[in-house]
Amino acid sequence: MRASFVTSEVGAGLRRNLTMTFAVIITVAVSLALFGVSLLVRAQVTTMQDFWYDKVEVSIFLCSRGSDAPSCASGAVTDAQRDQIRADLESLRPLVEEVYYESKAEAFERFREQFANSPIVENVTEEALPESFRVKLADPTQYDVVASAFAGRPGIEQVNDQRKVLDQFFRLLNGLQAIALLIAIIMLIVTVLLIVNTMRVAAFSRRRETGIMRLVGASNFYIQLPFLLEAAVAAALGAGLAIISLVAVKSFVIDGVLAPSFQFTAFVGWDAVIAIAPILLLTGIALASLAAFFTLRKYLRV
Amino acid sequence: MILFDHVTKTYPSQNRPALDDVSLEIEKGEFVFLVGPSGSGKSTFLRLVLREERPNTGSVWVLGKELSRLSNWKIPALRRQIGTVFQDFRLLPNKSVFENVAFALEVIGKPRSHIRKVVPEVLEVVGLEDKMERRPDELSGGEQQRVAIARAFVNRPMLLIADEPTGNLDPNTSIGIMKLLDRINRLGTTVIMSTHDAQIVDQMRRRVIELETGHVVRDQSRGVYGYAR
Ligand SMILES: Nc1ncnc2c1ncn2[C@@H]1O[C@H](COP(=O)(O)OP(=O)(O)O)[C@@H](O)[C@H]1O
Ligand SMILES: [Mg+2]
Repeated sequence: MRASFVTSEVGAGLRRNLTMTFAVIITVAVSLALFGVSLLVRAQVTTMQDFWYDKVEVSIFLCSRGSDAPSCASGAVTDAQRDQIRADLESLRPLVEEVYYESKAEAFERFREQFANSPIVENVTEEALPESFRVKLADPTQYDVVASAFAGRPGIEQVNDQRKVLDQFFRLLNGLQAIALLIAIIMLIVTVLLIVNTMRVAAFSRRRETGIMRLVGASNFYIQLPFLLEAAVAAALGAGLAIISLVAVKSFVIDGVLAPSFQFTAFVGWDAVIAIAPILLLTGIALASLAAFFTLRKYLRV
Repeated sequence: MILFDHVTKTYPSQNRPALDDVSLEIEKGEFVFLVGPSGSGKSTFLRLVLREERPNTGSVWVLGKELSRLSNWKIPALRRQIGTVFQDFRLLPNKSVFENVAFALEVIGKPRSHIRKVVPEVLEVVGLEDKMERRPDELSGGEQQRVAIARAFVNRPMLLIADEPTGNLDPNTSIGIMKLLDRINRLGTTVIMSTHDAQIVDQMRRRVIELETGHVVRDQSRGVYGYAR
């Protein structure tokens, strides 16, 4: 195997078919960029889940005077009921990691802080806010255990899981990610078809060379290698462009726009980009080489 | 060297066999003319030797190997021992004479130093040593065919197959090509050449195998063209 001969053949092949090579590079770049973005969104969802699930809590609101839930029919929560609930929560350790009791006064204090600049504070009295237990779970997905134990019990108005609200948001993000992934897959299929066709044209336009190579006893490997390398080089260039656009998304869109505007949440770090980049490169090269290999097997047989 | 044992070849789209129950043997060092009208099966015979086609029945032995039992990946090794020349020369138009011959060595991975040594040698054998830098379109038909012969012979193959090598050439040029093939044969290479050219066959007085609609109708050592008719 002569390396200089193969590289000069690859260079000549890429130049000869410049428009096709260009088309392959661009489709590979677009489809892999989309693929990369969908992987980035997935990493973002995981990052946010880690960030938020750590902070969410289950709130158990207790009955006040005038609550109209059926479990509050006998009026405000009694001291005995409150103590029993606390004891039952404590018995759920270690699933229950922390229990914090918030009195009406504390609830009012927090409310005033949250809405400090809003006129709404004027109309709310301490008495209108419910007292509650704030429960932090070791495993936030086990919410149902708490809910089934406490919901509907006398003295408890409502059991609330913040995670449910978050999950709706994550479902939305996951949906977006699935759509991006679907488009990326369609684009990748289009890319494969384009590579198959490009290889067909390349094999045809060089049939004189390959015919002579077969006659003088060049091995299949030697005949196909320049074509395979051409496809792989084009795919690698496309993957390079895709990685550059992913870096641009991370530094301009995420770090430049989103992170400063939404400071309350966490965003994916560079480690996600670094993990995705080789996946894009390998996917591109593997798809192109396989597409080229199977096309050539058909068009350049012994 | 070559043995055809009851070989029948029918192309998929045809109902008549291109070769019909052909049995013959060609010894090492022989010079054989394959004659017969167009469509009689000469090219098919040669393609079977190169294993570009496989017989439907019967077996083809070349250089001690039964080709139908030869696995695909071993075919290149077989073809490296067989030189091939065609009517249409099959040169690469954008490469020089030297590069055309060198190409055959590059693609089987020969080192550059070897190529620089043997290509001028073989171009001298075919009488083109002073035209190494020319391109095919700057050469006459006869010269182009000499380049093709140089490429076929540069590996000193055991066997050289020429399918109507003089089919595109005028009679005088053809005689020059003929003498070159004769010289290659005398250097020890078995040569099989298909041709329409009665004059050449008559002059050479070598073995003649005549085909007609896929049958061997004559096999004669020191034959002439059309003797049997
Ligand atoms: N690739 C092919 N496919 C179908 N039929 C073919 C093919 N090559 C040759 N033939 C047929 O086989 C017969 C023999 O052809 P060929 O060996 O080329 O004869 P020759 O070289 O003596 O002119 C002819 O009838 C021809 O039409
Ligand atoms: Mg023919």
